[in-house]
Amino acid sequence: MPLITNNEQRTTNNLDITRIRQDFPILNQTLYGKPLAYFDNGATTQKPQVVLDTITHFYNSINANIHRGVHKLSEESTKAYEEARETVRSFINAKNTNEVIFTSGATASINMVAFSFGETFVHEGDEVIVSEMEHHSNIVPWQMLCERKKAKLIVLPFDDNGELIIDKLDELITSKTRILAVTHVSNSLGTVNPIKEIIKRAHKYNVPVLIDGAQGVKHGIVDVQDLDADFYAIAGHKIYGPTGIGVLYGKEKLLNAMVPWQGGGDMISTVSFEKTVYNELPFKFEAGTANYIGAAGLSSAIKYYKSVGIEAATAYEMELLNYATSKLLSIDGLRIIGNAQHKAPIVSFLVDNIHPYDTGMILDKMGIAVRTGNHCTQPVIDHFGIDGTVRASLAFYNTFEEIDRLIDGVKKIKEMFG
Amino acid sequence: MTLNEVQDRIIEDFSIFEDWMDKYQQLIELGKDLPPIDDKKRTESYLIKGCQSKVWLDAELENGKILFSADSDAIITKGIVALLIQVLNQRTPKEIIDADLYFIDKIGLKENLSPTRSNGLVAMVKQMKLYAIAYQAKENR
Repeated sequence: MPLITNNEQRTTNNLDITRIRQDFPILNQTLYGKPLAYFDNGATTQKPQVVLDTITHFYNSINANIHRGVHKLSEESTKAYEEARETVRSFINAKNTNEVIFTSGATASINMVAFSFGETFVHEGDEVIVSEMEHHSNIVPWQMLCERKKAKLIVLPFDDNGELIIDKLDELITSKTRILAVTHVSNSLGTVNPIKEIIKRAHKYNVPVLIDGAQGVKHGIVDVQDLDADFYAIAGHKIYGPTGIGVLYGKEKLLNAMVPWQGGGDMISTVSFEKTVYNELPFKFEAGTANYIGAAGLSSAIKYYKSVGIEAATAYEMELLNYATSKLLSIDGLRIIGNAQHKAPIVSFLVDNIHPYDTGMILDKMGIAVRTGNHCTQPVIDHFGIDGTVRASLAFYNTFEEIDRLIDGVKKIKEMFG
Repeated sequence: MTLNEVQDRIIEDFSIFEDWMDKYQQLIELGKDLPPIDDKKRTESYLIKGCQSKVWLDAELENGKILFSADSDAIITKGIVALLIQVLNQRTPKEIIDADLYFIDKIGLKENLSPTRSNGLVAMVKQMKLYAIAYQAKENR
């Protein structure tokens, strides 16, 4: 594979990418005889060896159900789970570990709020605001709530660059608005939303805000206290951790006021057939056997991400994004969907009139993994009147050389379909 | 040529391609060559929904044989559609119902016809067979 050897914008921010790549065993393989270039990090990220080791070690040496047993292993298991909670708390700078609830993922976190907050605070005729660029996971749970409660779903639009029109908020928020749900980073457009400003505006009207942080938490430092977010949803597998583990951050006061989502073991204090008293935070929202090994894996992933250096990783990812963007735009007939000023390393594009599915199929045969389609954001695709996009979403283990291969691949596809 | 002879010919045609790219280039050419479906049929009622690429399909019975017309908005999908039409067009309903479409596997495109691929092709084969079943039922009435 010929490499473009000019040195424009190629800095690694002192990250040793070659060494970092060795931490991710999956990256070191060939597909169809070509080395894998993995650009589907928006869907899920790869796992460093240390996370895999944590999980294996847990099953091999510690595994026991948490919070229940008096025996040594159960005690250690519980300790690891609660340490993971502390790792997450410190990672997002929550005030208290009580505010960190383990879930199965960002989708579950949002559904939990849509149910528990909804049951408690949303009534007939009330309104819920979501943005036009939300992932289906931050639309459908609210639609279900609105259907249940006969409330109304209001949509905050974005402009053709893919930037939310936040000035509309003052108009859209009414005395009936109960909550605003908006994404930190758009998974299909790459837009980084000015969530601190959005939260500030919503709070002016005493409207709490849920931030979908599935894409946001892995591209820079998140400080929920500084943001003053009321809820922040995290997916473990998108931040180098295992699947099936996620986090809901919520302000203690709100979480305490909310009814539980699911009932079961661990979430109760006392149970009788006459009356059940719920457990305290965070256990009130963690019914059933928790994914404690997933939590330990997530904790290990966060520690790894911190050891790489969050700021250095983010800066390098931005270099990759800028490089990919300028190289892609140099291809005749290529257009980028989502041109916000402030973007995460996600680039959605279309080449001539070639169907994204066709582009994705051929790139796959070149060993290049991208995502094609609507990215679970059908309203975004409808906004632009297109059938979908090809999306390359980057992580700090990607390289400039891999981007060169993507560019060469797209050029070849143009020839094939021309 | 029998239905299986057509399949065998396709397998032979594709056997010369050693590289994946050449195979897909061939599918792209087949896709480009397949005449587009009548605009009137490029509608919801002829649409087979896949998550990502759309396929439109119609079938008519003439002299006891079925004539298919089909299209897709993605060229590679359309190329595979063209191959399916080569094999199944102008066949009796019974031939279509009984057809074992082994050529897909043999030319290395099985992944495109697995239910996990969201390109509408699995639904398309099913729909082609359903047309055959419907026309057979009509004939036997």
